[in-house]
Amino acid sequence: MDLRFSPEEIAFRDEVRHFFATQIPAAIRNKTIEGRKFEKSDIVTAHKIMYARGWATPNWPKEWGGTGWTPIQQYIFMEELQQSGSPQPLQFNVQMCGPVLIQFASEAQKKRFLPRMASLDDWWCQGFSEPGAGSDLASLKTTAKRDGDTYVVNGQKTWTTLGQYADWIFCLVRTDLAAKKQEGISFLLIDMKTPGITVRPIQTIDGGREVNEVFFDDVRVPVENLVGQENKGWDYAKFLLGNERVGIARVGVSKERIRRIRQLAALERDGDRPIIENPRFAEKLAAVEVELKALEMTQLRVVAAERNRGTGKPDPASSVLKIKGSEIQQATTELLMDIMGPYSIPMADDDMDGSNELPIAPDYAGGIAPAYFNWRKISIYGGTNEIQRNIIAKAVLGL
Amino acid sequence: MDFDLSDEQRQLKDNLERLMAAEYGFDKRTAYAASPHGWSRELWATYAELGLLAVPFAEADGGIGGGPTETMIIMEQLGHAMALEPYLATVVLGGGFLRHGGSVEQKARLIPGIVSGETTLAFAQQEKQSRYDLADVATTARRDGNGWVIDGEKGVVIGGDAADHFIVTARTAGARRDHTGIGAFIVDAKSTGLSRRGYVTQDGQRAAQLTFAGVKVPASDVIGDSAGALPLIERVVDEGIAALCAEAIGVMTMMHATTLDYLKTRKQFGLTIGSFQAVQHRAADMFVALEQARSMAMFATMMADDSDARERARAISAAKVQIGRSGRQIGQEAVQLHGGIAMTMEYNVGHAFKRMTMIDRMFGDTDHHLARLAGLGGVIG
Ligand SMILES: Cc1cc2nc3c(=O)[nH]c(=O)nc-3n(C[C@H](O)[C@H](O)[C@H](O)COP(=O)(O)OP(=O)(O)OC[C@H]3O[C@@H](n4cnc5c(N)ncnc54)[C@H](O)[C@@H]3O)c2cc1C
Repeated sequence: MDLRFSPEEIAFRDEVRHFFATQIPAAIRNKTIEGRKFEKSDIVTAHKIMYARGWATPNWPKEWGGTGWTPIQQYIFMEELQQSGSPQPLQFNVQMCGPVLIQFASEAQKKRFLPRMASLDDWWCQGFSEPGAGSDLASLKTTAKRDGDTYVVNGQKTWTTLGQYADWIFCLVRTDLAAKKQEGISFLLIDMKTPGITVRPIQTIDGGREVNEVFFDDVRVPVENLVGQENKGWDYAKFLLGNERVGIARVGVSKERIRRIRQLAALERDGDRPIIENPRFAEKLAAVEVELKALEMTQLRVVAAERNRGTGKPDPASSVLKIKGSEIQQATTELLMDIMGPYSIPMADDDMDGSNELPIAPDYAGGIAPAYFNWRKISIYGGTNEIQRNIIAKAVLGL
Repeated sequence: MDFDLSDEQRQLKDNLERLMAAEYGFDKRTAYAASPHGWSRELWATYAELGLLAVPFAEADGGIGGGPTETMIIMEQLGHAMALEPYLATVVLGGGFLRHGGSVEQKARLIPGIVSGETTLAFAQQEKQSRYDLADVATTARRDGNGWVIDGEKGVVIGGDAADHFIVTARTAGARRDHTGIGAFIVDAKSTGLSRRGYVTQDGQRAAQLTFAGVKVPASDVIGDSAGALPLIERVVDEGIAALCAEAIGVMTMMHATTLDYLKTRKQFGLTIGSFQAVQHRAADMFVALEQARSMAMFATMMADDSDARERARAISAAKVQIGRSGRQIGQEAVQLHGGIAMTMEYNVGHAFKRMTMIDRMFGDTDHHLARLAGLGGVIG
């Protein structure tokens, strides 16, 4: 056992760190640090810079544009990326749909979809959840009825993140109404420009517009867009959800937030004293840091174990990463609220005089309450934290 | 000891509950929030007709002579509906200054307008550097002949965008955080030299930033002692906190009830999600937190007009801590147990969660009051 990174790994980390510091525009990375939202163009710009370097799809096999990095290197890359404030390569493409296609799709489908997925020439979104099918995803009702060489899709998806930008949506649809619920589901790729698709934005409590409802009304989808076998979609979905879960730990994101907290807690004062010198605050921060260090080590254990398990198969213990990772990210937003106190109350965008300057509070105060509100989602999406506990209880503990 | 409401108090509660049920549905609230002032002038007139705006004022001043319990009842119902009208700012805080510190002339001049619904007030205290310290006042009031001239800046003045008068704290002597040398002034919103910038708050209420540039105030608009207003300010703020605690109980009660309804109707895996024991325990914990908070809101109400300032401060801080903790737990759990739906602007729990979060940041957050209480030697005598 040697828990330190090897000299090669350290050299790799420095190379990656230098890349993000010099290649991804600071104007984009600073949005993360200052708590502002990315525009579509920020995500595309960062993705394409990584793509040009061959780094947009590190988790894919080399033949499809992967890097051939070890799991540890992939971990280092992601952690450096997150700490730099850069947007990630679009997860729907890289972490979710891409690996499913690589594992389960036909050669023709891979050739058709993967290159544009890797380069983000196509923006993908995830059409899994429905109004009646959240935690119980397998109860989904959107149907795809075979009609010659097309499927006719009817139904509704919801919570579709960034669906407003998407060129394609990967969907779970019901193709066998008679089968047991997990057994009648298929994994279908649908062009968002197909007639019969309507997207309605849903505003989240932070005021953002990142999720949507997507309605399907007699949408005709060529049979060639079916991934793998008909009625086997649930297997592919489980594979995808496992990957999604691991991706939510976001150790690098929380590290960046901790540094930001230190910075703002040194700037903001309570009387004469910077907040960081308030022992109660300093201890709360230290406690979150302990949790984060433990999470980092736990994640590294999971990553290192991947060598023996074979890549692409998530560890059932990845639910630990999802639970703790989401809780820690949420805790960082609470610490920032503690720092800003009453100055987190004004809303930045809704000034009635149309001025961009935040009333009374420093500029950086504007994003802090919205981030606290918005990040409540992290314990909900990707399988709620209750569902993760059910997974641990059943799959890990055998209860 | 008697925790029961009197017949009149129960009637007040029932009337208000009915009014809010009729006038504060989700769509109506959304419309009020989007209107120019962000709240309903019509409903404000109804509050006046029902006497709600007269409740805490003495009968001699044109009021009804209600006490902290009546204020608690009203605030809880306003909280339950997430009402947007500036009741706290106008009646509790503004009215509090007049009741506890106002001269006969000041009362006669302002209370009738408050009671009739024509006048709204706002408390201008927060400054860029002051955080939660009521004595941290950099805005100055300088003597000018018979009157005063105010210079400085105030922010997060809740209800300030539409208020007709402000109660402004300003330093008349001493250094920035001295406990003496602070005055409280009535300032007409139309005064020359006073500019205001209204804005929306994170929870959809309205506030303002005020800039005072040589604003002249006559001697008759000083409330009480021009150099010794801090005890008055603390007293009014403590009452304000007690009222906020009651409002928070309304918000929490609504979130908890809405969550329970949802747990009984939402089905996943062929069962209502409320049938899962993991969820049941969470709802039960929310209930425990709510009942603890309700008790402390009552304690705060009982102590809000205690003549011993130290005892009052201990009680108020203890209550604010409990409300802050319970509110955070209930708000976060309400969102979590709803899944995605409570993350949206289209559902009342999300709005309640935001309101609760902002209540925790008003007049001192949980940590602030924990430290204050520890400094006062705790709450168990
Ligand atoms: C901001 C955001 C973005 C999202 N993006 C996407 C996206 O891009 N694509 C997509 O397909 N989906 C997306 N989702 C949907 C997300 O995956 C679902 O919200 C999630 O699966 C929960 O489903 P639900 O909201 O229907 O809640 P429900 O499943 O109704 O759950 C409600 C509550 O009941 C609990 N519960 C349910 N079953 C059990 C059980 N058996 N035991 C214990 N507790 C239980 C849950 O944990 C939760 O607390 C997003 C959600 C959000 C909030």
